[in-house]
This record gives sequence, C-alpha cells and structure tokens, in this order.
Amino acid sequence: MGKGIFEVLFEYYPIFLQGLLGTLKFAFIAVFFGTLVGTLVAIVNLSKNKYVSAIATVYVNVLRGTPLLVQMYIAYFFIPMAIPALNSIDKVYYVLLALILNSSAYVSEIIRGGINSVDRGQIEAARSLGMTASHTMTKIVLPQAVKNILPALANEYIAMVKETSLAGTFMLYELMYTRTLLANKYLVWQPLFIIAGIYLVVTLVLSWIVKQMEKRFRKSD
Amino acid sequence: MANKIFNEVLIETVDLKKNFGTLEVLKGISEKIYRGEVVSIIGPSGGGKSTFLRCLNLLEEATDGKVIFEGNELSLKNTDINLHRQKIGMVFQQFNVFPHMTVMENITLAPILEKKIPKEEAEKKAMELLKTVGLEDKVHEYPGRLSGGQKQRLAIVRAMAMEPDVMLFDEPTSALDPEMVKGVLDVIQALAESGMTCVIVTHEMGFAKRISDRVLFIDGGVIAESGTPQELFDHPQNQRTKEFLAEVLY
Repeated sequence: MGKGIFEVLFEYYPIFLQGLLGTLKFAFIAVFFGTLVGTLVAIVNLSKNKYVSAIATVYVNVLRGTPLLVQMYIAYFFIPMAIPALNSIDKVYYVLLALILNSSAYVSEIIRGGINSVDRGQIEAARSLGMTASHTMTKIVLPQAVKNILPALANEYIAMVKETSLAGTFMLYELMYTRTLLANKYLVWQPLFIIAGIYLVVTLVLSWIVKQMEKRFRKSD
Repeated sequence: MANKIFNEVLIETVDLKKNFGTLEVLKGISEKIYRGEVVSIIGPSGGGKSTFLRCLNLLEEATDGKVIFEGNELSLKNTDINLHRQKIGMVFQQFNVFPHMTVMENITLAPILEKKIPKEEAEKKAMELLKTVGLEDKVHEYPGRLSGGQKQRLAIVRAMAMEPDVMLFDEPTSALDPEMVKGVLDVIQALAESGMTCVIVTHEMGFAKRISDRVLFIDGGVIAESGTPQELFDHPQNQRTKEFLAEVLY
C-alpha cells in the first residue's frame, strides 16, 4: 500500500494546489467563453429564419452528441494539421477551444429554454414602447431568462469543473494531471482519492454559493 | 363629448386583413381614427377586436392591407417601426410590467434608452406621471408588490412616459379584480378628457358609452356597425349589434 493519503497530501500539497488552480482556471475560461458563445448560439437558434436556426441546431447536436474527449482529440491533432499556419500556437489552446465549444452547446440549450420561458407579453410590451429588438433582448428578456435558468446554468458550470479533468489527458496542468506527476513517484492510488476529495469540496462549495445567489435573486420577486 | 370636431386623421387602416393559418380573423377593415378622438371597440370574443388593435402598432403583422400612422405606411420595409411605436402607447390586458425592474425603472427605461432623454429628466417626468395615478409612494417597489390595479396604472404611466400621440388599450380591465376596475378606468378617462387620442377595446359598456366619441362594433372580422355611443347603444341598426348588446346589457 505504501504511504497513507494524508501523508501524500502533506508532502505534495503544492502540486495539488497548482493542479486545483489549473482546474479552476480552465473551468472559468470554459464557462466564461462558453456562455458568451452559447448565448449567441441560442439567439441564432431562435431566429425566425429556419435555415439560420438549423445551423445552430446542427452545432448543438454535434457537440452534445459526441464525447468531449473525442472533440478534444480532434482539436488537438486535427486543427494544427489542417491549418499549418496555426502550428506555432500552443496546443493547450485547442484543448481549451474544445472545452469552450462543448460548454457553449450545453449552455445555449439552457439559455434557449430560458428565453422561451419569458412571457411573450414582456416582449410585446417592450416592442410597443418602441424598444429595438436588441434592447428588448438585453434589457427585458435575458435578465428574466437568467433568473429562470440560474439553477440549470449553475449545474452546468459545476459539471464543467469536472469536465476539465479530461484536459489532463493532454498534459495540461490541472488536478487530474497531478496523478500522472505522482505516478512517476510510484504513488498510484493515494492521489486519486485526494483528487476526488478536492473535486468534491470544490463542487460542494460552488453549489452552496449558487444557493446563496438564488436566495438574493428571489428577493426582487 | 359628441360635439368635438375632428379633422386630422391620425391612424388609417385600408382594407386590413389578418389570417392566422386558414382562419380569417380580419376580413378587410378600413377605418380612420382622428387626432383627439376617443374610440371604443366592442364586440364578442374572437370577433377580431384585439387583433385589429394589435395591427395598429404592428404587434400583429397584417396579412394584407395598410396601416397608415401620421401619414406613414407602417408595413413598408423601409419604415422605422420602432420610431413610430414610440408614439403609439399600448396597454395590455395582462399589464406586462417588467417584473425585474422597480416602478421607476419600468417607466424610465424606454425614454432613456430609445429617446435618449437624460436620466434625471426622465425620472422627474416619471414622478409627475406617477402622482397623477396615485403611485408616487411605490416608486422604488418592484411590481411583484403591487396590486393588479396598481400594475395597470403603472403600465399606463410607462406608455405615457414616451409622450405618445395615441394610446391603445387592449381590454385594460379584463384581468382585474372588480374593486380595482374603477381606479384604472378613472385614469383612462382622465387621459381621454385631457385630449389624448384613445382606442379602447373593452367589455365595460357603461364606460365606453360615457367616454367615447365613437364606438365600433367588430364582429366576424369586420366593423359591423359604428357610430356615436348614443347611436350604437341606444339605437343599434345592425341585427348582430342588437343581439350582442342584449346579451351584455342585462
């Protein structure tokens, strides 16, 4: 069995800490840009032009219907091959790109649901005041949609923290990658439990934060 | 109020038609609304009155025909509909106040955003309007804490803040508790008496009779009869009008 879990944790905590920072960094990037792209995809998806909305539907279906790991492999190997000009760019970014796009597909479906959940009368009232379509979207629809979808969105973000573990496969320094580092020191099973424990603490803390935010949001009802 | 003279056409519809799928809701309505006029629209449910009203600011896109507002044909591609809608206030049956904004924000949002009115000026104007409907002490509340009648008065103020040339009311009291109706009707009446052009779809026959210059009876997608309140309520000519009034005036 070798060393105990806590022994390993105390001895190598800087490595885990750096892994955690990597995980949080990648999750934040995926969530932030995934939400931006996802919002755009949702709006395109809601277009009255059915050809335009079909593009978004295909986008969402492909990204949700294939495994993230496969998407990461394709991004990692295929993009630099297909576009040699991009060869000089660090491959980390391609893995991140896959994370972002994957996240955007899930987020866009949540946002689309949220936009649809806003009462049509709200849109009519805004338009009848002479508000432009884009102002109606940003000032009336999206703020109410966000409130409706906050729990679903938060769950997606928390899931994204876990999804980033796949990035370790590509030698990106995040939590899961610490396993590879410590395996070189013949520590095989202890890092796995430590990593699992850290993920658990992070997701529980995030869930708690989201609950507090929801409570504050509910105040304006 | 029947002695006023109206000579400037504000809104004109020409052979306005609207289909929902295969259902013909409006079968060709040609009508003029004059500046300063108070026009009530009555008729049975499903007859097309709300659809007609909603076509006036293009919330419903007409299948055929024209809507001309202040000389501009609204349905033309190069018409900036937002600009014209700023001058066409609308009040809805379901209030449609913005729940995520305070009373003040509800009122000042569109003037600040679309008319580029400075915030302070917009808020000053909003306070004046709120006083006229007795909501000045609710200015910082969210709509969730207002009664139905207060929400509807807020909706009226919100529309008025854009300084419209006409106000459209789509069954403004139909979703209200009975004891809330009078407060809202009083506000509409005050507006009408101030010279605001009003088009009101309503089931409040007594109210329509009292404040209207003209009443339209819409049934089966056409204006079956129109006239002064006295003509229409006291001496209806059309058989359908007679039947409808017999049903609602019991």
